[in-house]
Amino acid sequence: MRLSADPTTDTVLKLVTVVVAMFAFVFVVMVPLYDVLCDALGINGKTSAQAYVAAPAAVDTERSVTVQFIATNNDSMPWEFRPQVTSMAVHPGAANDTVFFAANPTMQHMIAQAIPSVSPARAAEYFHKTECFCFNQQPLEGQSDTLMPLQFIVDQDLPRDIKTITLSYTLFDVTDRVSERIASR
Amino acid sequence: MSVVKRISSALMPLAVFPSVAFGDNQVNMSPGVTSIGAEIYDLHMLIMIICVVIGIGVFGVMFYSIIYHRKSRGVVPSQFHESTKVEVAWTVVPFLILIGMAVPATSTLLEVYDNDDAELDILITGYQWKWKYEYLDENGENVSFFSNLATPQEEIYNTDQKGENYLLEVDEPLVIPVNTKVRFLVTANDVIHSWWVPEIAVKRDAIPGFINETWTKVPEEGIYRGQCTELCGAYHGFMPVVVHAVSREEFDAWMGSKRADKIAQVAASAVDLSLDELMTRGESVYNSQCLACHGAQGEGGVGKAIAGSAIALGDVGTHLDVGIKGVAGTAMQAYGSQLNDADMAAVITYQRNAFGNNTGDVIQPSDVVNHKQG
Amino acid sequence: MGDHHHGPAKGITRWFFTTNHKDIGTMYLWFSFAMFILGGTFAMIIRAELFQPGMQLVEPGFFNQMTTLHGLVMVFGAIMPSFVGLANWLIPMMIGAPDMALPRMNNWSFWILPPGFLMLASTLFMEGGAPAFGWTFYAPLSTTYAAPSVTFFIFAIHVLGASSIMGSINIIATVMNMRAPGMTYMKMPLFVWTWLITAFLLVAVMPVLAGAVTMMLMDIHFGTSFFSAAGGGDPVLFQHIFWFFGHPEVYIIILPAFGVVSQIIPAFSRKPLFGYASMVYATASIAFLSFIVWAHHMYTVGMPVAGELFFMYATMLIAVPTGVKVFNWITTMWRGALSFETPMLFCIGFLVLFTIGGFTGLMLSIAPADFQYHDTYFVVAHFHYVMVAGAVFSMTAAVYYWLPKWTGKMYNETMGKVHFWISFIGFNITFFPQHFVGLAGMPRRIPDYALQFADFNMMSSIGAFIYGASQILFLYNVLATIIAGKKVTDEKVWDGAEGLEWTVPTPAPYHTFEVPPKLDPAHAHG
Repeated sequence: MRLSADPTTDTVLKLVTVVVAMFAFVFVVMVPLYDVLCDALGINGKTSAQAYVAAPAAVDTERSVTVQFIATNNDSMPWEFRPQVTSMAVHPGAANDTVFFAANPTMQHMIAQAIPSVSPARAAEYFHKTECFCFNQQPLEGQSDTLMPLQFIVDQDLPRDIKTITLSYTLFDVTDRVSERIASR
Repeated sequence: MSVVKRISSALMPLAVFPSVAFGDNQVNMSPGVTSIGAEIYDLHMLIMIICVVIGIGVFGVMFYSIIYHRKSRGVVPSQFHESTKVEVAWTVVPFLILIGMAVPATSTLLEVYDNDDAELDILITGYQWKWKYEYLDENGENVSFFSNLATPQEEIYNTDQKGENYLLEVDEPLVIPVNTKVRFLVTANDVIHSWWVPEIAVKRDAIPGFINETWTKVPEEGIYRGQCTELCGAYHGFMPVVVHAVSREEFDAWMGSKRADKIAQVAASAVDLSLDELMTRGESVYNSQCLACHGAQGEGGVGKAIAGSAIALGDVGTHLDVGIKGVAGTAMQAYGSQLNDADMAAVITYQRNAFGNNTGDVIQPSDVVNHKQG
Repeated sequence: MGDHHHGPAKGITRWFFTTNHKDIGTMYLWFSFAMFILGGTFAMIIRAELFQPGMQLVEPGFFNQMTTLHGLVMVFGAIMPSFVGLANWLIPMMIGAPDMALPRMNNWSFWILPPGFLMLASTLFMEGGAPAFGWTFYAPLSTTYAAPSVTFFIFAIHVLGASSIMGSINIIATVMNMRAPGMTYMKMPLFVWTWLITAFLLVAVMPVLAGAVTMMLMDIHFGTSFFSAAGGGDPVLFQHIFWFFGHPEVYIIILPAFGVVSQIIPAFSRKPLFGYASMVYATASIAFLSFIVWAHHMYTVGMPVAGELFFMYATMLIAVPTGVKVFNWITTMWRGALSFETPMLFCIGFLVLFTIGGFTGLMLSIAPADFQYHDTYFVVAHFHYVMVAGAVFSMTAAVYYWLPKWTGKMYNETMGKVHFWISFIGFNITFFPQHFVGLAGMPRRIPDYALQFADFNMMSSIGAFIYGASQILFLYNVLATIIAGKKVTDEKVWDGAEGLEWTVPTPAPYHTFEVPPKLDPAHAHG
């Protein structure tokens, strides 16, 4: 398709279109594609940010999978943050729950965001969280603590060669981010 | 013996680069002590030898031309300039060689990724600029500690003779039992780091907010040294990795003593120390944690001066805040989670009394505990 | 047709307002040489600090600024603009066109470069110092943890990128629309082909770099979380986006160099380039493959094994067309009548040393082995072999080869040969030992190292000073030639040279091919 009668102008306009398209490609294709692939293939160790709606299914009582919990603070996040249990043996298909303890030792109100990461990465798509404190930001008054719930199901289709799943939460201090957004309204 | 090993052994006489040559200077990769390290070494040698052979052939042809096809010899140049047959040949043959290389490469890569059935799990966290190691215990009694560069600043800045393990020594090494499959869970606290020990052939990037896993099984007792291998800021070159592989018995004993230490530390938070004890301990903590940025005389450098500073001479609470919480937006980290209460009390006491500061302030471990609780 | 034959304008404003491809080519070449010296100075500081273990000259933070700026200035300021300068000078003449398709945009493409680099260099004097996160600027070191100068770094990258994009659009428009009648694509000199393909790569991936730095800007200043896990983002996303640009970028650097070598070797072999069509297809294959191999820069990042395998296989494949090119160059020499003037010496040096760099590239492509090579000096050795002994040697050969046509003066051949030998020896003393220390366990980007790496580091630093010094000799030769060199008036300066640029007078007139040339039908291609 000719964009101009003059061949040089035609070439230039087409190339400029490519330039703009490649710039847009980064934002509009690469970023979502990365997220989609990670989500769909579960290859980033990222679990879904939404609650999993469980369909009723049989529990595989023959098989036992160990789920390990790790809690880490990012950078200078001062909260105490630890899993109540560091590991549990679960059956694929069964609903499990546990809690994480968090305490804000400072005098200020703070807001935290827990970011989950699963290892091995390919287990992420088989690890379903029906309720997780990581779905929302966690506000805590200064000098207070809380128990944050996690409910999950390990899918029956988890590859048989995976016997241990490690779920790690990194706790980030997002107090400033949130207050900026509120202030800008 | 694997296919790779057979081919490499056969070609070994052609090996141009032995493991150690040119005096004490290592010129080649080391096979290390693990089976995966040996596999990687064999693969490396195979590819290198193939390349050397091809190189000799190709450059041989070229040098022949350079000698015999010279204008100065009076040759008349040929004018041939294409041959489909030849182009196909030197497209297909390299392609086949590549397939030959890809097969052993694939099988070795699959080995690297086989993280299952580990007996011991260790969480490795990269910090600016040190490593934290946490042994995951199913009962929740994790042993964790930081591993800092132990080489003194005097050696780095050339006022002292450099030791044998210059830049590759730490205060607290990672201790693992031999012949045990150990799974490493690798993450980072701030920026991207990378954990590497060449002799056990393990390297994995440490990404903040994400967990990576890798594994090792070390068959031989020994001390294995490595470094951070991802640019992570100013002191990227100063956060080494040291792994001690020891017998099962020694490992169990070491774990026992570490657990005892942990209990002792908690108890120590309630015990008051004398000024002398605090100063001695504080100086040692200062040298390991603060000196690099704040100077041997507290004169400052990358970090602010402590000698005569408003913070060191002013309100104790503010000084404790800086040490415990760090200063956001600067390189001053939050040491509250890195130093136990007694060490924190000691180093703050030291800063307030050394370098001519002489405030006479004595900060006890219990003061630190109270301050953290507000 | 009016009287069109005026020479260049008088005075200094000639250079600010010129739209002449020869003038603009000259400015690009001088600018890139100045950047080569600037980047080289940073390298001398690096090698001086690494001369011995211990910190002697600079602080670790400043050292990181040096390694970062060395990379940025060499890649974006020296190598890329130098080949653009060559493109400007040669492409119109090689295709029988009077100038580039868009002469005024051509002026802009050049003139935004000096302010861009001034801005980048000025970050050295800003609070917090210059960028210190490596030329690859991974997040979050380059976002959350960066010094304030990062914003100026981002702006500078935008400016430099805009220059490259404009230059590439110009090259494509020129080559596609302004070839002399009868010059079909398969009759174009290979240098034009390689630049045409390079220009398409640039148009495709420079905007991706612009996207990456814009996302950084947004994360730093506008509260987004593209690369921060806290907001649901991922630092590894940065690496994917960066290397999607970064890998084609290294082919952008080397393809024009391949083109130069493809012009010079036939000239000094007095024999046509062997396998012209294959060379075109091989170049196109390399360009295509360059889009699907990026994650071989990220083998240790924790990618799933299927991804690692795909990228390993695709990367290994690039050895095939690259090998084809090397075989073709050597076969061009075979049974030719060779002579070894300076341009040919640099091309032979290129052939040997670039091939060695290609071999280490093949070793690096093997993912499990790369776990031991990644982020060590083995990688540093590899890319300096392909970029310095590859691209820079080729560029140097080009200058010696075409300088007589540009200036009408012949350079001093003995001095040229001396420059070659000192460069060749100095280069190898600098970079060959880096393979050893890398294999022995020395990481990249460290200002100080363990004692077992000391001897080879000292050797490497000595080599660097030698190589650096020889560039002064080069500068002297070029200046002496321009000012007082022996006059040359033959159109065909070199008896084996072929191509339309060798049919115009020497020195080339300010305007050439204002009337398109009649092509010699017997002459197949350049």
